[in-house]
Amino acid sequence: MNELFVVSASPHVRGKMNIDLAMRLVIIALVPALSYSVFLFGIRVLIITAISIGASVACEALMQKMLGKKITVTDGSAVLTGLLLAFNLPPAVPLWLPAIGSAFAIIFAKQLFGGLGYNFINPALAGRAFLMASWPLFMTKAWLAPANGTLSGIDGITSATPLSLLKNAANYGDPSIIVRQLNDFDTIKNIFFGNIGGCIGETSALLLLIGGLFLIIIRVVDYRIVVGYLVSVAVLVFVLPTKGTLMFHLFSGGLFLGAFFMATDWVTSPVTHKGRWIFGAGCGILTIIIRIWGGYPEGVSYSILLMNVFTPLIDSLTKERVFGELSKKKGVKK
Amino acid sequence: MKSPALIFLGAFLVNNIILMRFLGLCPFFGVSTAVKIATGMGMAVIFVMTLASWITWAIYHAILLPFDLVFLRTATFILTIASLVQLVEMFLKKSYRVLYNALGIYLPLITTNCAILGITFLNIDNKFSLLNGTVFALGTGFGFTLVIITFAAIRERLDLAPINPSLKGYPISFIAASLMALAFLGFSGLFGLT
Repeated sequence: MNELFVVSASPHVRGKMNIDLAMRLVIIALVPALSYSVFLFGIRVLIITAISIGASVACEALMQKMLGKKITVTDGSAVLTGLLLAFNLPPAVPLWLPAIGSAFAIIFAKQLFGGLGYNFINPALAGRAFLMASWPLFMTKAWLAPANGTLSGIDGITSATPLSLLKNAANYGDPSIIVRQLNDFDTIKNIFFGNIGGCIGETSALLLLIGGLFLIIIRVVDYRIVVGYLVSVAVLVFVLPTKGTLMFHLFSGGLFLGAFFMATDWVTSPVTHKGRWIFGAGCGILTIIIRIWGGYPEGVSYSILLMNVFTPLIDSLTKERVFGELSKKKGVKK
Repeated sequence: MKSPALIFLGAFLVNNIILMRFLGLCPFFGVSTAVKIATGMGMAVIFVMTLASWITWAIYHAILLPFDLVFLRTATFILTIASLVQLVEMFLKKSYRVLYNALGIYLPLITTNCAILGITFLNIDNKFSLLNGTVFALGTGFGFTLVIITFAAIRERLDLAPINPSLKGYPISFIAASLMALAFLGFSGLFGLT
């Protein structure tokens, strides 16, 4: 009986996962998509990404210094924000654009609110929305054609990405032919493997899928949000009047990038399980509504931003009853 | 002519009174410290807005227009809205105590707000019929309620964050509201509404 017992408050068993490791794993999961993008659009992609990450890290360090906090740029969260912002930019944007976007993301969406863990809105997406509102031309026109293909994934049409082609088919020729071509097996194949134009990180659905599944398997990313998101998109494609097929809507645009890597951000998504299902489904519904009836060809980034805004409310509405707490309606539960 | 459903959606989301038109910001920031209070405020706004759109529509079309007194619009509307709401408040206090308690202090608070006056003007400027004007007022009121409740939930969370003392309270709330407006830009152009 010489052994001493340590008496302490819970938790008593700790996992190995921490912020540093999780951020590094997410970055690793994004590297295949980034490398493929460099192959598609050239070295420019790497320069944009480097500027975005550099500005993001520099702003984080500067803000933490100014606010008198501990400088924590080595945790990788600023690197990830910069990387995700770069993934959301068209490849031909001027080089100062990512720097401004990163600065807005880190300063206004993250650090002023108290830094990592306290931002209510996804910083990278806030940066993208800011750039979209300020320089819409760069954000919607600065596309590049991929190395061995066309911007639209269809031979002969070189001036629109698949989603904007679907939205404004009449501007590029006979709409019925274009829609049929878009839903063609060859086009879907191009979209799935990423042989199309688009934002830096969104083109290859396959590589994003691999990275995303890796994160789900090691449980960095919660499957509830991803499944809720993709399933609600799939259901709505059948229910609502859209010209695109299921495969087209799932693989095109930034859906996989958003569903696997941005909607699942730990800080800006709900903590309750029920809340995560609601969050995912809400993202899916808003995405499809914007794609079909909205003012933009793609709705992923705004749908996630809007659900970020609703997250605190979802959390408080789906709060679980604490063990021992009386139920509100029935009083004492038998 | 737009259908009532589109008018409702336009007022509710696309041209949200807070995040797109920037009207009614004082109750939005003043009464959004907790979800419960914000809900009461939202209900009061829906109630007063609908009431105000009716009375001003009647006055405009029955008195101001026939007698060529349109230049008196602002003064007339402010006076009638304020006195009407006071009257309704007294009536509610006597007859419908439950509703009076639910709307409580927010009813007189919202009476002289720019959002209410703004909606009555927009009703006139858009040449809305009584039905469309009602739908527009309801949509705007529900849009206000949605945004203020969501914002209150965000602010409840901001209270717990280690925000720099110089930014605590209203400054960070304004930044949060601007980010919300950025997110609501996603609705712009929805159903071709501008």
